[in-house]
Amino acid sequence: MIHRAPNYLLYLNVLVIATCGLIYELLAGTLASYLLGDSVTQFSLIIGVYLSALGVGSWISRYVETRVARTFIEVEIALALLGGLSAPILFVAFAHIAWFRILLFGSVFAIGILVGLELPLLMRILRDHLDFRELVARVLTFDYVGALVASILFPILLVPRLGLVRTSLLFGLLNAVVGLWGTYLLRPLLSQRGLAGLRGRAFLVMGILVVCFIKADTLTLWTEEAILQTPIVYTKQSPFQRIVVTEDRGAFQLHLNGHLQFNSRDEYRYHEALVHPAMTAMVDPRRILVLGGGDGLAVREILRYPSVESVTLVDLDPAMTGLADAFPPLAELSGHALSDPRVTVINRDAFVWIDESDQTFDAVIVDFPDPGSYSVGKLYTTRFFNLLRQRLSDQAVISVQCTSPLVAPQSYWCILNTLRAAGYDALPYHAAVPTFGVWGFALASTRPLKLSADGGPELASALPQGLRFLNRSNLASLFQLPVDVQPVETLPNRLNDQVLVRYYDQEWRSGG
Amino acid sequence: MLAYLAGVPLLGLAGCDGGRAFSFSGDLLNPNYSVAHRLRDGWRPPPPEGDPGGRRVVIVGGGIAGLAAAWQLSRRGVEDFVVLELEDRPGGTAISGQDGEFRFPWGAHYIPAPMKENRDLVALLEEMDVIVGRTTDGEPVVGEAFLCRDPSERLCVDGRWHYGLYPDQDATESDLRQLERFQQKMIELAHGRDDRGRRLFAIPMATGSDSAKVRALDRQSMAQWMTDNGFDSPRLRWLADYACRDDYGLTLEQTSAWAGLFYFTSRIPAEGTESQPVITWPEGNGRVVRHLAEHCGDRLIGGQTVVKVQNQGEGVRVEAVDNAMLASVAYVADRVIFAAPQFVAPHVVADWNASGRSINSFHYGGWVVANLRLSQRPSERLTEMCWDNVFFDSRSLGYVTSTHQVGLDHGPTVITWYQPLLDDDPRVSRAELMRLDWSDWARVIVSDLRKGHPDIESLIERLEVMRWGHAMIQPRVGFVFGAEREQAAKPIGRVHFAGTDLSGIALLEEAFSRGVSAANAVVQADPKSRA
Repeated sequence: MIHRAPNYLLYLNVLVIATCGLIYELLAGTLASYLLGDSVTQFSLIIGVYLSALGVGSWISRYVETRVARTFIEVEIALALLGGLSAPILFVAFAHIAWFRILLFGSVFAIGILVGLELPLLMRILRDHLDFRELVARVLTFDYVGALVASILFPILLVPRLGLVRTSLLFGLLNAVVGLWGTYLLRPLLSQRGLAGLRGRAFLVMGILVVCFIKADTLTLWTEEAILQTPIVYTKQSPFQRIVVTEDRGAFQLHLNGHLQFNSRDEYRYHEALVHPAMTAMVDPRRILVLGGGDGLAVREILRYPSVESVTLVDLDPAMTGLADAFPPLAELSGHALSDPRVTVINRDAFVWIDESDQTFDAVIVDFPDPGSYSVGKLYTTRFFNLLRQRLSDQAVISVQCTSPLVAPQSYWCILNTLRAAGYDALPYHAAVPTFGVWGFALASTRPLKLSADGGPELASALPQGLRFLNRSNLASLFQLPVDVQPVETLPNRLNDQVLVRYYDQEWRSGG
Repeated sequence: MLAYLAGVPLLGLAGCDGGRAFSFSGDLLNPNYSVAHRLRDGWRPPPPEGDPGGRRVVIVGGGIAGLAAAWQLSRRGVEDFVVLELEDRPGGTAISGQDGEFRFPWGAHYIPAPMKENRDLVALLEEMDVIVGRTTDGEPVVGEAFLCRDPSERLCVDGRWHYGLYPDQDATESDLRQLERFQQKMIELAHGRDDRGRRLFAIPMATGSDSAKVRALDRQSMAQWMTDNGFDSPRLRWLADYACRDDYGLTLEQTSAWAGLFYFTSRIPAEGTESQPVITWPEGNGRVVRHLAEHCGDRLIGGQTVVKVQNQGEGVRVEAVDNAMLASVAYVADRVIFAAPQFVAPHVVADWNASGRSINSFHYGGWVVANLRLSQRPSERLTEMCWDNVFFDSRSLGYVTSTHQVGLDHGPTVITWYQPLLDDDPRVSRAELMRLDWSDWARVIVSDLRKGHPDIESLIERLEVMRWGHAMIQPRVGFVFGAEREQAAKPIGRVHFAGTDLSGIALLEEAFSRGVSAANAVVQADPKSRA
């Protein structure tokens, strides 16, 4: 039956095989230079390892004595799986395993062996249909043409249009198609036994590759899930950040770009500590500003005060301020705070908004993410706190979340010192939040902040009803610093010299 | 799928040879040379009608030098002046653009914070509320909003970004030792004084030393100076070459060692070891232009090609062509401040040829500046986008991000890409500038940016390309302390000269200082002239 198949179809087979083979090599070389740098070394090593593996594959082919056609199809299916998944696997592995290089060269070697097996096997299959001279000439011609096709397609079309991961999956798919097609084309050479299984496996591999191809964008999600080790119940990639909600033992956790923001089990401790010292520092606070805090949990605490007339929440990301709508358990947890008619949500970079606005506020709750990047670090600069002064009424008090004073003492005290350099009186305080450990805050005002006899801040208003963490006496205790949380000298964080981001990076990388 | 595969390479081959269309569009821009070229080709404007307008001072050219001259005249009590500018908008090579909420530079885009000795510039920046106070020893304090925001710069090597401009990947110990020794040497030179007590390198350059030792530096190239001083580390030489291309549009080999060392030393304070921080705005030095132009008000007239400046008895006659009407206007002024580039002077200043000057050593480099509106930021892995983003292995200087100083770190932005043309003969560069079309430049720019941003092409919404034929005076070997430059700064009759090219280097500080000096000279020349 094989002699009835048009010859060009067979050569097309060779062409595809050759193209796939070179693509895997190019992918590995590109990935290695991309991830490890030093492209000369990476490419040179990859090419060397790959070519030698081809030799090994060719050598091994001599041990295939019977069932050559079947072996050829098996090789195609194996190559489809291994080559197709090579780029996604290497991407994921890079972030997680110490022996990435071993995996990289191991997979290149394995792919090389399989590719090395292909042509010798195919030539043996075809040798009964062509004379040897013709066979070698044609097969090798198409082999080299395939290499040319691959080397042209790869930089011009594949990498720019598909990216590395999808390119890898696409060519895996092509290998699988060749394998599956082989079960029909080479049917006379195959025994009936196991044929269905062979086809089944080809379809299975194709299925896996197609699913991966469609889901390539969520690849990063799997890597996150691997780190988080808890089931993900909600995820969204906004233009600003990746929002992930996980669920664990009846509670849920919010992660932004892989950093835990709160756990519904104990977030009340954090939010009560963040909000109430500032809100009780004046009589009847009316207009409140929340910066960051798009989850609405700080707003929930603010709305406990009957004097509050308006709450303005400025958060960069609409996906974050809309999370309560998209994920109802959060709406419930926040008491539907963001739907309250007193609340106005503004999706704008606070750094820009603070300069554009002309409103003033009685209390400001600053609840930005930790200063792990320069684009967040700018919100903790003397420049930002100076701009914030223009948004404050005369008696206004602000509170700022300041990361962990225990894990990152330099970062914590840098924020306090920056507030002071911007002309604020700033009091350090802390709270224990089981999920985070000891957490640090600052209470600050442009007027002097007095401490009362109990060591806590002077309370102008009473704490509202319904709190689970704070009462009059333990509020004071938050302002008593433990021995291991004592002031550290730092530079202030300036817009043109963001020392805070460097302190933070250093401290959380070594200690976190 | 197999047929798809077989068909594609042919399409790919047919489609990749230059004819590729982009999904975005844009314009190819250039300074206005239409009237100048018409004049060159024999067109003569009609004679001016009516009586010439009388002015105490006519300023020719509304770049930084001309605008600074106007500003200084006002400070000295002279308000009767007019500034004639060729373009519709003032600014020269410090012009800027606007697209919706985005402002962006078309040329010069920063000023190193001036030290207290640079009194006039400090006064201007105080007036602009950019300098907000003084330290106890009198040094200006720049408002935090105007100092280039951290992270300021990064370098892309082999597709990977790193903060800072020194290519420190795989640097050897010897590389790093040389870098440190080079920095020490620059501090030493910055702190050095000549026997008259002047800094060896100061801003403005006219206040620095012109001792024999300093002049000698101008007679060799920066490349030669580095070799002579044992600086052969390729990384260090790349950094120095980048600095020369960035500030002068010249390679290390083309740049005078005086100019190369000026770059590294003139911004180091007498007591300090670090270069002064950088002041910048989203629109670059366009902000200074806007401030100075607002001060001129309707005394600044755009679209005027000055075709003749002639000393006549007790005054100077100035003739200009209104670019829109192609009608002539004449002025009679007590004095003229000629604040256009020197290469224009022989064609316009009537007594120029008789003055016995030449400007053969004045070379002006060609530059290409592109503004790209992006729908989104490119995806980043190792660093965040900086203000200045440089590619190691590139002829371009990389790009600056206009929204960086605003504090906008997400969403659409405009980036400004720069490339000086480095030909030994700038005329070759200008021919190249005229020959290449928009899609040629688009291809160059996209493939350059792709080195650090593989996804850039899909993000570009618009790409505008400005061709600067005479962007910058070039401090080539021997020019700065050559006779022609020193001669060019002297007045011809009642015509005074201003312009950064008189300093031999293209810097806002120099243009500003030349403008202020010319204004001072005018006021001093006839202190009691009619007010």
